[in-house]
Amino acid sequence: MRDVAIIGVGETEFGELWDRSFRDLGIEAGLKAIQDAKVTAEEIDAVYVGNMSAGKFIDQEHVSALVADYAGLADMHLPAVRVEGGGACGAVALLQARMAIASGRHDIVVVGGAEKMTDVGDVQAAEILAGTADQEWESVFGATFAGLFAMMARRHMHEYGTTREQLAAVAVKNHRHGALNPNAQFRREITLETVLQAPMVAEPLGLFDCAPLSDGAAAVVLCAMEKARRYTDTPIRIAGSGQASDFLALHDRRDLTTMDATIAARTRALKEAKVEPRDIQVAEVHDNFTITEILAIEDLGFVEKGKGGPATVEGLTALNGKISVNTSGGLKARGQPVGATGVAQAVEIVQQLRGEAGKRQVAGATRGLTHTLGGTGATAVVHVYQRGD
Amino acid sequence: MKAGIVTYGGYIPRYRIHPKDIGAVWGSDGEAMGRALGIRAKSVPGPDEDVITISVEAARAAMAKVDIDPTDVGAIYVGSESHPYAVKPTATVVAEAIGAAPVMTAADFEFACKAGTAAIQTCMGLTLSKMWRYGMAIGSDTSQGAPGDALEYSASAGGAAMVIGTESVVAEIPHTVSYTTDTPDFWRREGQRYPSHGGRFTGEPAYFKHVLSCAQLLFKRAGSKAEDYDYAVFHQPNGKFPVRAGKQLGFKDAQLDAGLLVRDIGNTYSGAILLGLCAILDEADPGDRIFAVGYGSGAGSDGFDLLVTDAIKRLRRDGRSIADMVKDARSVDYATYAKYRGKILLREAPA
Repeated sequence: MRDVAIIGVGETEFGELWDRSFRDLGIEAGLKAIQDAKVTAEEIDAVYVGNMSAGKFIDQEHVSALVADYAGLADMHLPAVRVEGGGACGAVALLQARMAIASGRHDIVVVGGAEKMTDVGDVQAAEILAGTADQEWESVFGATFAGLFAMMARRHMHEYGTTREQLAAVAVKNHRHGALNPNAQFRREITLETVLQAPMVAEPLGLFDCAPLSDGAAAVVLCAMEKARRYTDTPIRIAGSGQASDFLALHDRRDLTTMDATIAARTRALKEAKVEPRDIQVAEVHDNFTITEILAIEDLGFVEKGKGGPATVEGLTALNGKISVNTSGGLKARGQPVGATGVAQAVEIVQQLRGEAGKRQVAGATRGLTHTLGGTGATAVVHVYQRGD
Repeated sequence: MKAGIVTYGGYIPRYRIHPKDIGAVWGSDGEAMGRALGIRAKSVPGPDEDVITISVEAARAAMAKVDIDPTDVGAIYVGSESHPYAVKPTATVVAEAIGAAPVMTAADFEFACKAGTAAIQTCMGLTLSKMWRYGMAIGSDTSQGAPGDALEYSASAGGAAMVIGTESVVAEIPHTVSYTTDTPDFWRREGQRYPSHGGRFTGEPAYFKHVLSCAQLLFKRAGSKAEDYDYAVFHQPNGKFPVRAGKQLGFKDAQLDAGLLVRDIGNTYSGAILLGLCAILDEADPGDRIFAVGYGSGAGSDGFDLLVTDAIKRLRRDGRSIADMVKDARSVDYATYAKYRGKILLREAPA
């Protein structure tokens, strides 16, 4: 298997972008990544697109061909693949593209992720998102994502004494990071009080414990490592990848406060990369709710099980803390255009490892990690990234 | 020759419900919602009030201020999005009630919250062209907010009537402009009981884009700027939007306060800007300049540059003022509100 590196990245602003369409966003992110990589259209072998639900959000299926077409690649007749994996689709697309290059089949692949979520109302969007839970056993009975994650939070509070203040600390931190990211949906810091006083969505998760609905796109260009230095002096190698699945419905899982899929994906990715959690300096983890980040930093092995809340309050996961988590602002503050999430996380890590993250730069970062979830944790993907030098 | 307002009158139902009482029913923090919207209370129509009765009250209040012959009112247009009948005009009832029928024309208008200002512009054209001596423009609503929806905190009831003409004008309208696009921020389809809306989309690309664009056009057309005006009034779907729009255009609180009724009566939709204008005219003096920009979802804004004349002194302004109606409030609880608004399904009369 060949080594694979990221040689170009691009992303749009995230937010309620009412004057931008799905294809607009996809083109912007894709072109930025291609320009960043300095590759020509003729050099691109394939396009992979992570997208959760364009069919429901904008009535557009077959977005793989759409993206290739609107990227100006239609007459190249490239294979274009759309990948769906709930909220993890962008990360799964990245993994599939990596394997396509590692196998020797392709040399250069563009991976995009995009979602246009604000063309439908809030209620409809929540229903569409709930479609990645178990329709027959969860969603049909009225379970929303907020409700399901609230149950995890409740159980975590019960088992480990986690408090609402500790959950809120995740939101405060990620908004602080988001304020440093010019592409973030929320670029204002918030106080603990703001989070605690916000209207309740699903107890104990209030409005500020939840990531927003967003429009946005991100893209990366992958290249076989052996050819990467033709295009860039700072190729970022994907050192390890792991993907895992779990019971679709939350109630079938072994433990409400542990995501076994995250543990399995993390174990595979770290093993391949031959690193330990302590070797990672910067991580983008799935934080669609504040509790999700706490579960993630525990299950990824950054902190001991049950200690995610106190670790956050102590600042261990803040910018330039013990491990900098969600420097982009995460899904919470940067925004959550679902299909774009996994790819946008990779964009952030690449910028960090290149030393191009501006005000939110993690000092001396050489190794990073992304963690992306589908549904309530029935899919988890972990990638480990390393500077090529 | 300039067209303008010959007389005006408004009507606000007496009942009020408070955000706290709405929130209590739906498990929301109503007081916080009220604060976020800048609304302390909203008016509720009584069980025997609808857009027809509100329009008639407003029309009568307007006619009571002057001695014009109602048969000289050659046109009546009632703008509303809650006409009691889908087919059968509100305007004909108003015409009969004030004695303007039968040698006249009448019709109902609909353009979300700006149908009343559209009626004013229509009447300006008809009277400037000498087709009619006077025209009456009414904006009136008993607006609908689905139970539990954010709209329920603001959707209220009220209306105002403006007699438009070119003689004995108390407020000239030297300039009017409109700004219209197809922007679906809020709608109600045929047969639907409650409207749908695009959440935050109703702000920036809808209300603010149209109100601010229209206001800038009006400044340009009138060759004026914010400090030239004594009063400014905007469509007021909540207590925040009109203030933010006004401040962005350079207006100060002292110019905005008189016409800002939404804090105490909620969003009266088609009635909102006309009632604000009535409240201003209740206290305006000759020479005062008024800047008014309405908004209707769907979407468009009509802007008016007004100049109050000496004739306002001859208007009988000693009757019930808009401020009196705002103050004359009786609180109702949610159950009473639900009954008054017809939200309770009653037993049908035996066939």
